[in-house]
Amino acid sequence: MSGGPSESDALVPISGLQHLMYCERQAALIHVERVWEEDAATVAGKLFHERVDRAGTERRRSGRVVRALPLRSERLGLVGQADAVEYHADASVPGGWRPFPVEYKRGRLKSERADRVQLCAQALCLEEMHGVAVPEGALFYGASHRRVSVRFDVALRQETEAAARRLAGFIQERWVPRAVFDARCPPCSLRARCLPEPVSQPGRAARHLARMLNLEEGE
Amino acid sequence: MSLQLNTLFVTTDGAYLRKDHETVVVRVEETTRVQVPLQHLASVVCFGRVGVSPELMSALAEAGVHVAFFSPTGRFLARVEGVPGGNVVLRRGQFRCADDAARTLELARAMVAGKVYNARQFLLHARRDAAEVRRQGLADAAEHLASSLRALGRAGTLDAVRGVEGNAAREYFAAFPLLVKREDEAFRFGGRSRRPPKDRINALLSFGYALLAQDCAGAAAGVGLDAAVGYLHEERPGRLSLALDLMEELRAAVVDRLVLSLVNRGQVGPGDFLEDAAGGWRMSDAARKTFLVAYQEAKQVEVQHEFLGQQVPWGRVPHLQALLLARVIRGDLEAYPPFRVR
Repeated sequence: MSGGPSESDALVPISGLQHLMYCERQAALIHVERVWEEDAATVAGKLFHERVDRAGTERRRSGRVVRALPLRSERLGLVGQADAVEYHADASVPGGWRPFPVEYKRGRLKSERADRVQLCAQALCLEEMHGVAVPEGALFYGASHRRVSVRFDVALRQETEAAARRLAGFIQERWVPRAVFDARCPPCSLRARCLPEPVSQPGRAARHLARMLNLEEGE
Repeated sequence: MSLQLNTLFVTTDGAYLRKDHETVVVRVEETTRVQVPLQHLASVVCFGRVGVSPELMSALAEAGVHVAFFSPTGRFLARVEGVPGGNVVLRRGQFRCADDAARTLELARAMVAGKVYNARQFLLHARRDAAEVRRQGLADAAEHLASSLRALGRAGTLDAVRGVEGNAAREYFAAFPLLVKREDEAFRFGGRSRRPPKDRINALLSFGYALLAQDCAGAAAGVGLDAAVGYLHEERPGRLSLALDLMEELRAAVVDRLVLSLVNRGQVGPGDFLEDAAGGWRMSDAARKTFLVAYQEAKQVEVQHEFLGQQVPWGRVPHLQALLLARVIRGDLEAYPPFRVR
C-alpha cells in the first residue's frame, strides 16, 4: 500500500505508536487530523515529562545516562525522543557500550503492551543509529516506582514494526478509521472531538434530518 | 478541552488590552479596569477604538482565542486568529464538497431545514403563551413553515433550496410583529431590514446576528474548517459564508428569542436607540451593554442536544455543529444533523 518511509515524508512519531495500540482512530485523529484535547491526565503527563526530559548526560558508576535523546529510524520512518538511554559497559560491543532505553510512565501500568511497543520502537532506532544490537530496555512506572525490564524478542519487534507501518500508512493516506464505540471510549480524552457514539451509528444523522423535514415528531 | 464560553467584551473607547503574565489586562486612561486569566476566555470582542498589544494577540492566538473588532455601531471589521489547526486534509475536503453540486445541495438543504424547523418551533412556543388574538396568526405562519419544510425535501437544486429559504424567511418575519408584546409605536417592526436597520428591532437583530456570526466563525476555525467557504451561502469577498451557514439554524432560538425578551421585558426602551440622518437605527452604548450581558448569560443556559444525546450550554452549540459538519465532510456521517430545538 505505502512505499518505504524514505520515499515519503510520512514520519511516524514514536509516541504515536502508543496511541495506535490504544485505538487506531485516536492515533489517526492525533497524527493525521492533529486533534488534541488537554485533560487532567494529558496535562499531568506533559508536566511529568517536562521534568524527566531535561536533556543532558550523567555519569554513573555503571556507565552514562543520556536524557531526552532524539531518536530516528530511516528504515521505519520513526522519529521521537527517549526519556533516558543508559549506556551499559559491554566488552562484546564495538566501542564498549550497549544502549539500554528507559521509558518513564507517570501513572500506573495502563497497557503494558502499548508501553512495550513504544520502548521497542526506541530500541529499533538505537540499533539503527548505533549499529549495535539492543536486546533489552526498561519501563519505569512513576506511581508504583516499579521498574519492569523488557526483552525485545522477535514477536515484539514484529508487532512494533507492524504498528509503525500501520501508522505510517494512515499518515501517508491521510486516513482516519471510522469510530467504534466501546469500553475504550469513556476514559479517552479525545471523546468530545471523536464523537464515537453518534458517528458509529449508520443512518442516524440521515434519520434525524428526515424527521425534521417530514416533521414526524413536530407538532 | 476548552469548555470556557466566556467572551471578554470591551466597549469603552480608548481601552487598551495587554498581556500581564497569563492574564489580559484592560486599561482605560492609565487605570486597570479588568484583569482576567487567559485560561478563562473563549474570545475577545472589541467595539470602537480599542487597542490590543501584539504580545497579547499572539498569546491569545496560541491559546485558540480569537479577537474580533467591531465598529462603534456594531459592524464587523476584523478578526485576529492564530495559525489554523494543522488540518489541511479537512479543509481540502471542505473545498471538494463545495465543488460538488450534489453534496453542496444536501448540506444546504440540511442547513435550511435547521433554520426553518427551529423558526417554526419558535413560533409554536410563542403561540402557547400569546394572547388569543395573535394565536391564529402564529399558527398560520407555523403552518407555512411546515409546508416550506416539505418543499425543501423535494427541492432538487441549490437555487430551489435557496428559494425555499427566502420564502420561509419572509413568512417568518411577516409573523414577527405578533411576537412583540410592547404596544409602543417605537417597537413597531417593519420587516427585516439591514444596512442600515430601519427600526429599533432591526438594530437589535443586526447586532445579535453579528455576534452570533462571530461565534460561528470561531467555531468553524476551532475545528479546522475555513469560515469563508460555505454551502448555502454563496462565496463573496470578505464574507464568512460557512459561519453564516452554521448560524442559520440558531438565529431564531438564540438571537430572535433574546431580542424579543429584551424588548418585551422592557430591558431596552425607546430611548436606547439613535437614529441617523438617513433613517438608520443603532443601539446606544448602554443598550449594547445590556445586550452583551444578556447574550453572554444566554450562552450559559443548558439545552438538550438531541443528536448527541447530552445537555450542553447554548454557547457550545456552534462548536458542536461545526464539529458535526467536519465529520460529514470527512465522511464519518452520511448527513448533516442540524441542531434541533425541542
